Amino acid sequence: MTEKKWPETWQEVNPGCMVFRPGSASEYHTGSWRAKRPIWDNAKCIKCGVCYMYCPEGCITEDKEGFFGANLDYCKGCGICAHECWPAAITMVNEED
Amino acid sequence: MSTANLNPKKRFENFELYVPKLIEKKEYFGPGHRACQGCGEALAIRMMCKALGKDTVIANATGCMEVISSVYPTTAWSLPWIHVAFPNSAAVGSGVSAALKNLRRKGRIPDRYVKTVAIGGDGGTVDIGFQALSGAMERGHDMLYVCFDNEAYMNTGIQRSGATPFGSSTTTAPAGKASIGNKTWKKNVAEIMVEHGLPYVATACHSYPIDFMNKVKKARSIKGPSYIHCLSVCPTGWRSTSETCIKLGRLAVETGIFPLYEVEYGKYKITVDPPEKLRPVADYIKPQGRFRHLAPDQIKGIQERVLMEYNKLMNKVKHSKSWDELKAL
Amino acid sequence: MGKRIGMENALAAAEAAALCRPDVIAAYPITPNTHIPEHLSDIVAEGRLDAEYICVESEHSAISACCGASGAGARTFTATSSQGLLYMQEVLPIVSAMRLPVIMAIGNRAVSGPINIWNDHSDIMYQRDTGWVSLFAANGQETVDMVIQAFKIGEHRDVMLPVNINLDGFQLTHVVEPIFMPDQEEVDRFLPPYKPFAQLHPDKPMSMGALGLPEIFSEAMRAKDEAILQSKKVVLDVWKEWEKQFGRRYEPIESYKTEGAEILLLTMGSMGETAEVAVDELRKDGMSVGLLKIKLWRPFPFEELRKAVRGAKALAVMDRALSVGGPGGPVFAEIRSALYGEPKKPRTLNFIIGLGGRDVQVGDFIKMAKKTASTKKVKPEDAYEIYGARE
Repeated sequence: MTEKKWPETWQEVNPGCMVFRPGSASEYHTGSWRAKRPIWDNAKCIKCGVCYMYCPEGCITEDKEGFFGANLDYCKGCGICAHECWPAAITMVNEED
Repeated sequence: MSTANLNPKKRFENFELYVPKLIEKKEYFGPGHRACQGCGEALAIRMMCKALGKDTVIANATGCMEVISSVYPTTAWSLPWIHVAFPNSAAVGSGVSAALKNLRRKGRIPDRYVKTVAIGGDGGTVDIGFQALSGAMERGHDMLYVCFDNEAYMNTGIQRSGATPFGSSTTTAPAGKASIGNKTWKKNVAEIMVEHGLPYVATACHSYPIDFMNKVKKARSIKGPSYIHCLSVCPTGWRSTSETCIKLGRLAVETGIFPLYEVEYGKYKITVDPPEKLRPVADYIKPQGRFRHLAPDQIKGIQERVLMEYNKLMNKVKHSKSWDELKAL
Repeated sequence: MGKRIGMENALAAAEAAALCRPDVIAAYPITPNTHIPEHLSDIVAEGRLDAEYICVESEHSAISACCGASGAGARTFTATSSQGLLYMQEVLPIVSAMRLPVIMAIGNRAVSGPINIWNDHSDIMYQRDTGWVSLFAANGQETVDMVIQAFKIGEHRDVMLPVNINLDGFQLTHVVEPIFMPDQEEVDRFLPPYKPFAQLHPDKPMSMGALGLPEIFSEAMRAKDEAILQSKKVVLDVWKEWEKQFGRRYEPIESYKTEGAEILLLTMGSMGETAEVAVDELRKDGMSVGLLKIKLWRPFPFEELRKAVRGAKALAVMDRALSVGGPGGPVFAEIRSALYGEPKKPRTLNFIIGLGGRDVQVGDFIKMAKKTASTKKVKPEDAYEIYGARE
């Protein structure tokens, strides 16, 4: 259950503006910032995990078969994964396409 | 644009290619933070947290990372985290470290080791936070300090800091007809920390993640003060493209501008070997918009100075002796 | 059972702080409060107190280290004066906003310009809006008592705010007085171990010091305001408990011979003791005069003040600081604000006295009281007077 975006009343603000929900920034979906998105070509992917390593968002995860993909809720489309991919298995395509 | 042809044979031999699968999976610095696209500093913090693990308390100075990660009522951190003000993350860290030590001794917190890590940007470390850093390190608190150096006060709009490189254009030291931009050389805080007598000092970069994370792990194991200076590429402030973030960090090392080394108990050691023949600094300068005003003779001047600083470090490495070796002389 | 001793008040304040078992002490020396951190470091070095004593490199780092330590769940204490207090000013509102009960003893000293190490209240007057609970001690016994009370007030779950105890630099800090010092068992009975509301520990990760966007800032301020207003009730409760256990009574505004008094003098800090002697002498001469001594400065005791001045014809407020370019003395400004809506209020005069450590004597109080009595109408131009400044 996600908390309301803003506490509505002053009584709802935690003392000292302390945040007791670790990792709750994930409620904010930065994926809307994207202009391009990464597409993985699993035929070329060598499952090395370098894209996972270099993602500043930490939104690239490994699936059951060992291939990788970006969580589009958070991917900002920076292109680092595509740029660093050794076998060039990732391409950046425009969001509108 | 891929790095597919970059020295694959050497990497394969070192099995570095598949190491990403072995690192800590939990995201202690999770997605949803408001960093720019391609932010090197956010990536560095993500890596640092993976190397530190769960039993860590972070004291953060005001700056990019604090602001983008802790927008009330959310936080990107899954580690205990405190932010007070701009110049005092090292002082806050000293307090946290002392409190954890005392409370553990008194049995008021569980009896296991929790590491205190104070972090700050180059502003909060090299300039406004320098006094607190020097004081905390001199007092020898059991604390790791990591400086995430993106070479300007990025959070407030790319103003010049003590860590801004020579010739770079910032909003308070801009390039123009009457100025080359920043007129001074980068302050070498890592060397200043070595002179504070710290048992462990290192430079690192997020483009060499395994090296960086190993250094963080090593610093974590030191029961005393330690310092890591991590170069963090800022595409927004350096006016480079977001996807070349990692590449620029690599170029900084390969041109000798930012050598990666560590000083353990006084002994210098290069941890990432630069190529036998250093790449020309122009390769590093060209992709960055903050240097685009530089004329060839100015770049030549920078090349000479970079080479001089690099040789100075190599000389130290060659002749360095650890504290034990010095005692036995 | 505690015992009656003769001790320099600064050392006594340090002993009182040590009795409260702080876990982390981070302090930077500055005259005149230096003896407090010095003596605390002695106590730690002798092994009488199990605390981490951090010899910080500046006052800013002192309060920052206390913030970090308090955030990690430790009971913390620091001490400073004047320029040191101003150096840490950036962090003071943050401590109260983060609801960390850091306790600070302030040896009040004049703020520089020209540099002056002697007593006046200008340093604490710069901190009016920082959200700290402020207590003023008039003598050594009050200093000791208030240091111990401060921990209990600050750590109370309804308060969770930092508290400062103000004692006049040199006039109190360097004066030897007879003090009834409680012993460890008595203090342990009064002050239970610190149980923080939240602490930095990996077993329950949380973030302190988040960014407050405009959408929530007003609510956060309202919450902080509410906390300091509620703290008054806790202060009164703690003082009641103190009286029950130790027999010494404290009130936000203490009255001395004010029954039926036409003229009232009002002081804060140690000059109240001198004023008492003046009041006795004036009463012997037949003047209907009494004295009010403010002990609780923040949150300001508006209700108690209005009650205390009811029926008096004239009120002389003695300030030991000047709000430069403003409405005279800071205490005077608050009093006028408190009495603004009252249908019948005494005519109020303001005397700025004792600046930069200038001695305030019984004769001065007598002169000021007589002037108050003879001034029938207060002209706005005469609203405040820097008493004793040679013309």
